[in-house]
Amino acid sequence: MSVTVRIPTQLRTLTGGTGEVAVEGATVGEALKALDAAHPGFAERLFDEEGRLRRFVNVFLADEDVRFLEGLDTPVQAGQTVSVVPAVAGG
Amino acid sequence: MSFVTGLRCRECGRRYPAEALHVCDFCFGPLEVDYDYEAMAASLSREKIAEGPRTIWRYRDLLPVDDATPVDLGAGFTPLVRADRLAAELGLGELWIKDDTANPTGSFKDRVVSVALTKARQLGFKVAACASTGNLANSVAAHAARAGLASIVLIPEDLEEAKVTMTAVYGGTVVAVQGSYDDVNRLCAELASEHPSWAFVNVNLRTYYAEGSKTLAFEVAEQLGWRAPDHVVVPIASGSQLTKVAKGFAELATVGLIEPATPRISGAQAAGCAPVATAFATGADAIAPVKPRTIAKSLSIGNPADGWYALETIRRSGGSCAAVTDDEVLEGIRLLARTEGIFAETAGGVTIATLAKLAAAGQIRSDERVVALVTGHGLKTVEALSGTVGPTASIPPTISAFDAAVGEGPDTGGLA
Repeated sequence: MSVTVRIPTQLRTLTGGTGEVAVEGATVGEALKALDAAHPGFAERLFDEEGRLRRFVNVFLADEDVRFLEGLDTPVQAGQTVSVVPAVAGG
Repeated sequence: MSFVTGLRCRECGRRYPAEALHVCDFCFGPLEVDYDYEAMAASLSREKIAEGPRTIWRYRDLLPVDDATPVDLGAGFTPLVRADRLAAELGLGELWIKDDTANPTGSFKDRVVSVALTKARQLGFKVAACASTGNLANSVAAHAARAGLASIVLIPEDLEEAKVTMTAVYGGTVVAVQGSYDDVNRLCAELASEHPSWAFVNVNLRTYYAEGSKTLAFEVAEQLGWRAPDHVVVPIASGSQLTKVAKGFAELATVGLIEPATPRISGAQAAGCAPVATAFATGADAIAPVKPRTIAKSLSIGNPADGWYALETIRRSGGSCAAVTDDEVLEGIRLLARTEGIFAETAGGVTIATLAKLAAAGQIRSDERVVALVTGHGLKTVEALSGTVGPTASIPPTISAFDAAVGEGPDTGGLA
């Protein structure tokens, strides 16, 4: 399943400046692990020691927070967009 | 002068220069402003502050930006009103209302926007932007107009009419987004990545913006004769204001303007959007996001950026947190208006209703000096009261019709 991952400014140093990366994966978690394989450094920033999303990382699949879906286990469809967004904004 | 020494990640401690940065590149933790408190203490005095303007800028030494001509509509130094009649109704002793409805655009947001846009202008930005539940939109549009900056304001499409009008009148770009505030916020967080030349006050300028809320604590302390209250009740949307109020009192003690004190800080939320109150009630160590459903739209943030820190602040201070129903919110608005003559928006209704609830539960005590923050004006959300208040009677212009409708009228206390 090919999906697009949108990268926030803060992490574009890991992708050579690009804001979107195409990766393969059947779930949100797999897509993010594929992102780390292609551009090492993402995993330690996105996940804590237990492999959970860090407190200040929000991940959206097709504009919905994955915490309202099945978290990292949420299945993805070909062509969908996964957005990584810093949680600290707004209010 | 500015006593800022840089920015620091609240989570991992990495340091950054004082630029338009809001999260740590490494762990995404929020960046906080670091100050040289020793130099600040040497420069500050109660007398120096008293000689300053009757705005937030009297506390410029304690703020993250110093400017002889700040972007300023006169935010701050709002009334602190002794509320004896409300206290009597609630069985409380010394109660004060911090009346932030008196700000230039009718809410506390003028404090944070004045700070953020002053910093943005210093950094060379020409465009002010924000994600807003309404009050921030009003304030950004107004302050941008004042400063001659362009503005781009994003709001959820279901906002109260007054908040939309009070934003659009200033002539900037206003975009209504089909979704919740959390959708707007996510969009703005992504737009901030695509448009680094726009100063999103609550995204890339958030580190400075949030510091503006400390002025609520500074003013309360000064207006109480340079002492902290025992207990403060604060509404929670993103949770930023609550954490900064606590920080404000702590800083005043650090620089020697008040005796060291740790006021209890209690949080107020609407039951239809209560992620922090729920975590407080269940003892959780994480905030589970919710889909908001309440008339208190200015507090409708289901995924609060500073929710965790607000929870931690409440717990550490020995405060409490509660959520109130929409009916209780409306009763809170009417109670404050009826007893103290202050007309609050729905968020103020949340604060007053939570104050009443915590007082009834004995969590706010009658021997405490209590301050409740009323952060926005009722004219912004009049439709929430639709059908609950209105004329006592509608009559033709005759004495007989008046007598029939009103009778003798209220007790005149013996005056003929």
